[in-house]
Amino acid sequence: MTVDGRPVVVPEGATVLDACTAAGIDTPTLCFGDTVAARNVCRICVVDVAGSRALVPSCSRPAEPGMEIATDTPRVRHARRMVLELLGSSVDLSLTDHVEEWNARYGADPDRFGPDAATVAQPVKVDNDCFVRDYSRCILCYQCTDACGEQWQHTFAIAIAGRGFDATVSTEHGVGLPDSACVYCGNCIEVCPTDALMFRTEFDLRTMGTWASERQTRTDTICAFCGVGCTLTLHVQHGVGDDDGDRIVKVTSPHSSSVTAGNLCIKGRFGAGHVHP
Amino acid sequence: MTDPRPVPVALPVGPPVTRPRRDALLPALHEAHDAAGWLAPEALDAIADRLRLGRAEVFGVASSYASFAFTPRPRRLRRVCTGVMCVVAGAEAPGADAPGVVASPCLGRCEQAPAVLDTDGGRAVAPVAPAPVPQPPTERSLLRRVGVVDPSSLDDYRAHGGTAALGHARTLGPAAVRAAVTASGLTGRGGAAFPAGRKWEAVAAAAGGPKYVVANADESEPGTFKDRVVLEHDPFAVVEAMVIAGFAVGATTGYVYVRDEYPEAIARLEHAIDAAGAAGLLGDDAGGLGVPFRIEVRRGAGAYVCGEETALFASIEGYRGEPRTKPPFPVDAGLFGRPTLVHNVETLANVLTILDPSGPRPETKLFSVSGAVTRPGLYEVPMGTTLAEVLDLAGGVPAGRTLQAVLLGGAAGTFLHPEEIGVPLTVEATRAIGATVGSGAVFVIDDTTDLATVVLGIATFFREESCGQCVPCRVGTVRQEEVLHRLVHGRPLGSVAEEVQRLRDVGAAMRDASICGLGQFAWNAIEGAVDRFGVFGAST
Repeated sequence: MTVDGRPVVVPEGATVLDACTAAGIDTPTLCFGDTVAARNVCRICVVDVAGSRALVPSCSRPAEPGMEIATDTPRVRHARRMVLELLGSSVDLSLTDHVEEWNARYGADPDRFGPDAATVAQPVKVDNDCFVRDYSRCILCYQCTDACGEQWQHTFAIAIAGRGFDATVSTEHGVGLPDSACVYCGNCIEVCPTDALMFRTEFDLRTMGTWASERQTRTDTICAFCGVGCTLTLHVQHGVGDDDGDRIVKVTSPHSSSVTAGNLCIKGRFGAGHVHP
Repeated sequence: MTDPRPVPVALPVGPPVTRPRRDALLPALHEAHDAAGWLAPEALDAIADRLRLGRAEVFGVASSYASFAFTPRPRRLRRVCTGVMCVVAGAEAPGADAPGVVASPCLGRCEQAPAVLDTDGGRAVAPVAPAPVPQPPTERSLLRRVGVVDPSSLDDYRAHGGTAALGHARTLGPAAVRAAVTASGLTGRGGAAFPAGRKWEAVAAAAGGPKYVVANADESEPGTFKDRVVLEHDPFAVVEAMVIAGFAVGATTGYVYVRDEYPEAIARLEHAIDAAGAAGLLGDDAGGLGVPFRIEVRRGAGAYVCGEETALFASIEGYRGEPRTKPPFPVDAGLFGRPTLVHNVETLANVLTILDPSGPRPETKLFSVSGAVTRPGLYEVPMGTTLAEVLDLAGGVPAGRTLQAVLLGGAAGTFLHPEEIGVPLTVEATRAIGATVGSGAVFVIDDTTDLATVVLGIATFFREESCGQCVPCRVGTVRQEEVLHRLVHGRPLGSVAEEVQRLRDVGAAMRDASICGLGQFAWNAIEGAVDRFGVFGAST
């Protein structure tokens, strides 16, 4: 196949996105995650495939022999710019990686729809000690519901509810997490691309103005709670406020780990508190 | 949840299932909603527990449908159509203080505009309206039995040519039936005009099973009511065509997905299925074809997007009505991931005329004519008839008024100028002038109507009907409606030209990058109104 005129060879089963990457092309993605199946709902990764009327989501379209892909046509650039403007004008993307860079690359101006443009803004849901849900930052990538549901956890505590612009991630009837089926594995936080889902520790530090990612280091270790042997990545902030000691501010797991694929349980994810009596 | 609820709460009865039964979810939601008039949290949770589904998932599915209420509401309901056809005819959205009166997008009764629908527990209260078919039966083919036969009588159906095609199919055998469909050149009548024969051959050739035949009766394109008329007045025809289709492609189960706004059609179809089963037209040896075939009816729940075939599958399967990415196409992986033949009701009706024992009848097309004409109704005309001829059949624009525009193809269609109505209503001829036959909706607009309000009504419709899955459509339909709202009310953000540029930018992204046809065509009619009619003074 070719990407922007360059011949590319990818293994069978590869996606068009893989082919673009193999061709050395940086393709923006938002809803695409490396641990759940592609949903192709944000549409920022669209490309032009010769013979196809509409643009094609590169993250999910299987690469086929002889495909001719164009990644930088006016149509592609326009669609990507508009996805950035539509999301940027309705969702808080301030904690989402790469957005500023992409806005510049595609000339996106999310403010052009005016101050009265409808947004998904709503109060932060703080209903438990483990994590908060700020759906003002939610782009509806479906990754959290897939991770909670049949792709990883099989807990089904959350699902997409409502329709259209009013669609949102919700428990049944919108009850708080303590009244839901949630088991606090935090695997939804692991896949969230916009920080709509955030550790309570991070949320509290950010609220106090003492979150300092430049003073954080990451240390990999093995969880000691049971015999599975999950790899934990401890995010340690050195010095919090007046306290100059070290503090574990959140726990993740490498997506490449053959044991966890990024997933943990409540003990590994939120059980580090005992380190700080 | 400790507050006492004085209203009746319908809980599903019966033992829990032994494995998750997601496919039973939509019927269960209807059952509970019909009984109580709304879905209480306790009812939703009980359904989830009984079907072994997640409670959040059940809430997520239920809340994606406009038909369901989640706060107490009377069982007896009056739905007031707020589709653009009815708004132009004077319909007004009910106020919030009118319990039991709700606004509804196009009810598919445009010939009665302004239309209302009274239901009690989901069933129609008023008697079925007479068939809105002004043409004499001698001029009809697809509609030859409509308004002529008793739709509840299989004997009457047979006495008027019914089941003759089935007998002919039995003689021909599956391969020859498929060949006949292919040779007829029949194309899909839901709007996309895909060659039917290619689907039949592909499903027959597809590996794996069971295979399914799905009749798409989720007729939701504003201004379209042809499938309702066929289902209400000739339901056995749909049953017969599905039996033949199943025989020809090797499917043993059929589903008819009928929109919730057509309760009489559902009742008559269910009766026809029962009667056909009792007479051996369905069952282990369906119609004496030597193969089993059974049909189930699935009732939609107020979602335009479920007319999109993959969203329709998702809805039957018990998921949210959200379209799926194609490929894979339904002929390979459709309903429940199996090879599926999915056709619009009118397309299926054509199968019977193709397999007429005395030879294929000449191809005809149905047009739902509404708006500013003397005789709104359903018209059947030979393929190639011009729009002007259809308007003449409908009596033309009432005396003293002037034709301003025709909206051809519904909300996803195109506005045509009076000088363009000489166009033959074929896929090719309409495409040549940048239009589409679509679902055959012909909405006639005279000079007393402000085109801008029609355009805003279309934008509002798409905003309300977007499923919300993909960004271009979910946010784009909102931004489009916001711009049009400002323009119609004379409060542009910056200049009118800037606003029109916003429309163009959003529209192009929706067309190019949306997952399904809803988003891809949400800007179609509006673009034409802007460019071809200069509704906001921005004509080029």
